[in-house]
Amino acid sequence: MNRIATTVVAAALLLVLPWVAGNDFYINLASQILIYAIFALSLNLLVGFGGMTSLGHAAYLGIAAYACAWFVTHAGLGQLPAAILALLLTTLTAAVFGVLSLRATGLGFLMITLALGQIVWGMAYRWTDLTGGDNGMKLGARPAPFGIDIAQPVPFYYFSAIAFALSFFCLWRVAHSPFGASLQGSRDQPRRMRMLGHHVWMIQFAAFVMAGFWAGIAGLMYVYYNQFVSPNVLALQQSAEVLLMSILGGASAFSGPIVGAVIITLVKNVVSSYVERWNTLLGAIFVITVIFMPEGLVPGCRRLWRRFRGTGLAKPAAAKIEAKSP
Amino acid sequence: MTGPALQIVGLAKRFGGLPAIQDVSLEVMPGERRLIIGPNGAGKTTLFNLITGDLKPDTGSVRLFGQELLELPTQDRIHLGLARTYQILTLFPRETLVHNVVLALLGLSPTRWNAWQALTGYQAFYDTARAALARVGLADSAERIVTETSYGERRRLELAMALAQQPKILLLDEPLAGLSQEERQSIQALLATIPREVTIVMIEHDMDVALAFAERITVLHYGQVIVEGTRTEVVNDPRTKEVYLGH
Repeated sequence: MNRIATTVVAAALLLVLPWVAGNDFYINLASQILIYAIFALSLNLLVGFGGMTSLGHAAYLGIAAYACAWFVTHAGLGQLPAAILALLLTTLTAAVFGVLSLRATGLGFLMITLALGQIVWGMAYRWTDLTGGDNGMKLGARPAPFGIDIAQPVPFYYFSAIAFALSFFCLWRVAHSPFGASLQGSRDQPRRMRMLGHHVWMIQFAAFVMAGFWAGIAGLMYVYYNQFVSPNVLALQQSAEVLLMSILGGASAFSGPIVGAVIITLVKNVVSSYVERWNTLLGAIFVITVIFMPEGLVPGCRRLWRRFRGTGLAKPAAAKIEAKSP
Repeated sequence: MTGPALQIVGLAKRFGGLPAIQDVSLEVMPGERRLIIGPNGAGKTTLFNLITGDLKPDTGSVRLFGQELLELPTQDRIHLGLARTYQILTLFPRETLVHNVVLALLGLSPTRWNAWQALTGYQAFYDTARAALARVGLADSAERIVTETSYGERRRLELAMALAQQPKILLLDEPLAGLSQEERQSIQALLATIPREVTIVMIEHDMDVALAFAERITVLHYGQVIVEGTRTEVVNDPRTKEVYLGH
């Protein structure tokens, strides 16, 4: 099957990348891309599959990162219990924020997630006793899963690749499950879904909590990678960036956010060392994409490919993920 | 099965200052075919929305086989055996026809909470969905996308989704709206095949089809029931002629 071939090729690429990449800079960059890809995939469960555009997703990344660092350095817990507790706390926060955010749809939902994200950012920034404020918090050292040392770039890269593969697999299962179908149905026709016996609120709430959980996984990876966390991780820019990844790559395609994560992380880290105005470049990429492929790069390229091969009908603007008015 | 399938008592709903439904009471017996007619704006669709829970009434009561519905959210009412089609097509336009029906089947199945197994692995859903499509004459279109089908086919899909749920009470909101004469007749033939266990309440403007279909008729006018009775009683009632048939 085509899908199996794609998976094998992708796995092989992930496996050989450290040899191709050569130096540590690029290997670390690959780890970062994978971490952001997990983050973007988690958000896309909401944005692409649920039609719920959130501008506060950094909250879960940040809470997991902060909690893990705090549990290790301040509470003196081991790495594993710290990671589990951090994930638990992140998921619980997502549940509370989900109840609050899902009181509204569309633009209202977006504004509530934004406000909640800003509250968490404000806490990290101002509650100095707990978070260290501007100075941030150090993790000390990376964990050693099963006694394997992942302090060096290459082992850490493989650790990230495993985390990414696991997240990809689980989120793929969710997206293609009966629940995933209900989530997409609730995005397109919430009223009809209720009329068919679906509990639309509960479906969206469950998706919200799952998205928070997987963002928490990305948050753990983030703090393992940097071994440091500061309020920047919770900033609005972080939430906006991950939303851009999802939209740029194509929210309607499962792999779209990965492509978005690759492009944006590359522009931020590589191009920025050659081009001073890399933010402008990112803006230009985004504008050009929106003009020529409003549905995002992955669905857009698929459309072009179909047209090129002359099979199937081209369906532009298949993905409408902008906020619908309630 | 002695009590009414659907019992509405003293139902009222205002939109701001406009009374959409005023003190409506009606009973539909199990297996009955009930027609609701009335001029535009008489409150027919609002009545359906109150029964399904899309709208909350100001006062009154709606009972399904004796169970009060008003405190129940829409999805719970569906689980009690209520199904409805829409006058304005409400489908999943980017999906295949069979997927639309599968979503209808999922709505009543605990499987809908399964977030791990692949949906395509549930062959039974697809078999049942295809059977439902075959029943409305769409067997060959199961794999087509909704946006690629004709209006008449979408009307049939609306019906297939409701029928697939094997409801006890089926609310049909103008199932013939916008169809050609041949299509109307084929839908009419289709409605005639629905088993007697299913109680049907239908809103319809096509009087030929509607009158042939219904045993009892309720005439709504300005949100009130003005005439109710058998086909002949209602058709011969001067008030019906005045508000509806007269022009």
